[in-house]
Amino acid sequence: MIRYLIKKLIILSILLFFVSIAVFSVLFVLPGDPAQIILGINATPETLANLRAELGLDKSFIAQYMDWVGNLVSGRGNRSINYDIPVYDLILSSLAVTGPLALLAMVFAVIFSLPFGVYAARRQNRPGDVTVMFFTQLGLATPEFWLGILLILLLSVHWGLFSAGGFPGWSTDFWGSLKALILPAFALGIIRAAILTRLTRSSLLEVLHEDYIRTARAKGLRERTVIYVHALKNALIPVLTILGLQLGQLMAGAIIIENVYYLPGLGRLVFQAIGQRDLPVVRDIVLFMATAVVLVNFVVDLCYAGLDPRVRLE
Amino acid sequence: MKQFFKNLNFTVGFLLSAVIILMAAASLVWTPFDANKMNPRERLQGPSFSHLLGTDQYGRDILSRVMVGAVNSIIVGLVTVAIGLSIGVVLGLVSAYYGRLVDETIMRFSDFLFGFPAVLTAILITSILGPSMINAMLAIGIFYIPVFARLTRAVAMALWQWEFIVAARASGASEKAIAWRHVLPNILSPLLIQGTIQFAVAILAEAGLSYLGLGTLPPHASWGRMLNEAQTFMALSPWMAIFPGVAIAWAVLGFNLLGDGLRDTLDPKMVRIR
Repeated sequence: MIRYLIKKLIILSILLFFVSIAVFSVLFVLPGDPAQIILGINATPETLANLRAELGLDKSFIAQYMDWVGNLVSGRGNRSINYDIPVYDLILSSLAVTGPLALLAMVFAVIFSLPFGVYAARRQNRPGDVTVMFFTQLGLATPEFWLGILLILLLSVHWGLFSAGGFPGWSTDFWGSLKALILPAFALGIIRAAILTRLTRSSLLEVLHEDYIRTARAKGLRERTVIYVHALKNALIPVLTILGLQLGQLMAGAIIIENVYYLPGLGRLVFQAIGQRDLPVVRDIVLFMATAVVLVNFVVDLCYAGLDPRVRLE
Repeated sequence: MKQFFKNLNFTVGFLLSAVIILMAAASLVWTPFDANKMNPRERLQGPSFSHLLGTDQYGRDILSRVMVGAVNSIIVGLVTVAIGLSIGVVLGLVSAYYGRLVDETIMRFSDFLFGFPAVLTAILITSILGPSMINAMLAIGIFYIPVFARLTRAVAMALWQWEFIVAARASGASEKAIAWRHVLPNILSPLLIQGTIQFAVAILAEAGLSYLGLGTLPPHASWGRMLNEAQTFMALSPWMAIFPGVAIAWAVLGFNLLGDGLRDTLDPKMVRIR
């Protein structure tokens, strides 16, 4: 187990190294001079040059990369050009929105997908199954931001049950903040639920055809025990992988929904930072998101090894 | 053809996508109103006999704009799939043919692309190149390269072991000739299936980018952008927020079902790679 862990950790750090280089190179060629954006079009060449030197923009590619990684590794962190505060603080405050949003969305996704997936698998090709599959097809075809808009239209504009957007902040209004996340999380989660329902169904159907399930049935176990105790545990392994992948994607996928609901989350922060050419913020957030995706996959791999002992031998 | 229409997915998918394609084709020669012509006197109207789907904040006819938006979405679907296919298939064949280091490099590169949050990267790409329909298509198309590369590689690797390939090799055909003449024709049906599904995904992705203002530029009609504009006027005119979304879901559902139906009919055993 420890060797498996060390091997995985080494691959992980190599991967992150390449990700950091990729992120840096992509942003290096981003057109638009941050100094020019801060000072405006009337700035003199001297003041521009001074600011560029102050921001380290006049250095070579490698020197700038070393500065960036050095600041990250040493814990000094980078500063936002626009807000003039550590990027670390910005990430932390927006993570307080995106993190709960992504988790809540996952909760919605799991609550809807597991029961419906099991239900559909147990009634394969019967009307109940066909109905569930029809709705999952609809879910796959619906853009989450449109679902978000429809929810606002119905529950905020029409019935006035929720606010149409914005975020009061956890410390000022805890319940209000939680309420502000419900609609966007639902919109994100229900679309994920469509994918997960289909996966749970097909995965469970596959397992139900295996020999050990026949044995369990032959032993005279009740159908419920067969499904919930024996079949579901193995059927959930692929579901868990996709769930992990989705959680990573959710962090980034939240960009659009955060724009629909005007939530001050990571996605909105990075979207605005790109527009303002606030490169330190964009770099750190993109690296952070990529790291999150990679780390979540790593944890999923570990859970895999825990659930299925054969994985470790590979 | 009959066997296709026995499949429910295919039939429904075919009908839904046919409506979108016909609507797009019709808009090239005729729309009820000029899709970009503003008419402030008739702004924010609900559905009526003269404007079947109502009008937007500039008094433009929504039906005409939805029709023109269909052309937009179809172009995006075709171009992005073409980008993914043209590069991905070559990479996949090269990967399967040479194996070892070449294969390893190509596959790790595609893992790398797969692992990256697609929306974020597409936003970065469109900010680097500037917002436009062409750049949005590039940003989406790049993500299709690994999809088609992996599919081509997987199918080609399996095919390479088949008797008819072994027979071709025994008859003295060169490996390159085998790749182009025997392997490629046999991977066409999985490519067609995957292509149809990616077509649907592209429509969704472009709508998202356009919603953020990074895709098709105004005044040109695109479904995603129409939804963005609709959000501001939602309280006054809910219709604006409904029809473009229905069009997106309709088109995506249609092409998804078409892809599923093709898969059911052409290759019941094929595993879907997404």
